[in-house]
Amino acid sequence: MITRRIIPCLDVKDGRVVKGVNFQGLADVSSPVELARYYSGCGADELVFYDITASAEGRALFTDVLRQTAACVFIPLTVGGGINTLDDFDRVLKCGADKVSVNSGALRDPSLISRAARRYGNQCVVLSVDAKRVDGQFRVFARGGREDTGLDAIEWIKSGVASGAGEIVLNSIDTDGVKDGFDLEMLSAVCGVVDVPVIASGGAGSIQDFVTLFRTLPGVGAGLAASIFHFGQVNISELKRALAAEGIPVRL
Amino acid sequence: MLAIVDYGVGNLFSLTCSLQAIGAEAVITGDEGVLASADRVILPGVGAFGDAAAALRRTGMDKAILREAEKGKPLLGICLGMQLLLDYSTEYGRHRGLGLIPGSVQAIRPVVPAEYKVPHMGWNALHFPGDRPAHPLFRYIKEGDCVYFIHSYAGTDCGEHTIATAEYGPELTAAVARNNVCGVQFHPEKSGAVGLNILKAFCKL
Repeated sequence: MITRRIIPCLDVKDGRVVKGVNFQGLADVSSPVELARYYSGCGADELVFYDITASAEGRALFTDVLRQTAACVFIPLTVGGGINTLDDFDRVLKCGADKVSVNSGALRDPSLISRAARRYGNQCVVLSVDAKRVDGQFRVFARGGREDTGLDAIEWIKSGVASGAGEIVLNSIDTDGVKDGFDLEMLSAVCGVVDVPVIASGGAGSIQDFVTLFRTLPGVGAGLAASIFHFGQVNISELKRALAAEGIPVRL
Repeated sequence: MLAIVDYGVGNLFSLTCSLQAIGAEAVITGDEGVLASADRVILPGVGAFGDAAAALRRTGMDKAILREAEKGKPLLGICLGMQLLLDYSTEYGRHRGLGLIPGSVQAIRPVVPAEYKVPHMGWNALHFPGDRPAHPLFRYIKEGDCVYFIHSYAGTDCGEHTIATAEYGPELTAAVARNNVCGVQFHPEKSGAVGLNILKAFCKL
């Protein structure tokens, strides 16, 4: 039986892990390589490295961190942030990424999804979407949640999957950083229209939030979170034992 | 020395790292001579079957692999590399494989329940015929251990050569073997300690 995945997300800037609350107020947390190794030991099923660096020097630091991580952590690594071209895919895949997540890059040029899927396979292309309720609609936001694109999230995700995205990360801006549970309504709307795995992101504050997520939405394959793991509010091995005790299939 | 076949397809960085982690001496090569001098061979691969099969033929690696397999050298196909060991695939047309193990590669969408997502992505438990791992590739792991899968096509009709399955609605082919040739649909290099133990066992075949 396929297990539900727990995925810590590491926002990396200049080679260090940071995490914002509602995308603002970044705080330095720890070394990405050490954190990745720690999470893998706790039973994390995958890791997401999100590169929030803008400079070329930062990019080089990021790929260094990625290589060092891939050399000692043997679970899947997804890389996102600043992926705008096939060369960007190439750069991170060569350094140990298994999947590459596109967000703003795909909004600027939707053909990025189909071109990447053709070259690297659908399984390699993750479409990450930041969405927020606007006028009774789930609206896609760009630039780290700062810019309303006017696009309907459901339509955007459907077209992304049709173009070849093999997985969706749905981050609800409405619940992100609030720590009061995942956005079940938004996730349910997305799960209902796509055939590929959906990763829930934004809003987890406790073990119970993951239990509720997986109980309520059988279509959600994984739960992703950052600061609650980084700051020790939720311990991943405890979380997975708790899920197993609730009858939710996990890898122990 | 272990040779990882380089035919321009797929990302060999993680695989190389995982082999280093278990202390195996591995070289990435597209050279027939190096392949001939290796003790064992890994055929990796990601992407589409047709492109990969064409790349194997273009680089002459198809014949070199068949030659080494014929000698009785341990050969391990991983993911698409496993699928390439079979007779043919129906991914985007019909494409011939290496034919080292009987069976074909078919889309899983028609056989898995509608509510199951495709690709089959994530950690799934291995099941062995008779509930215990009989093949030496699995000597260090046990029934129910989880490994990481990511695929939309799977080996079918491999019959007695199926040495492990994973339940995803029906039981999907997770590993195949015939004499010295074996293949795994999942990614041992991404399957934590369980995966490293499978690679370790391969290094002792």
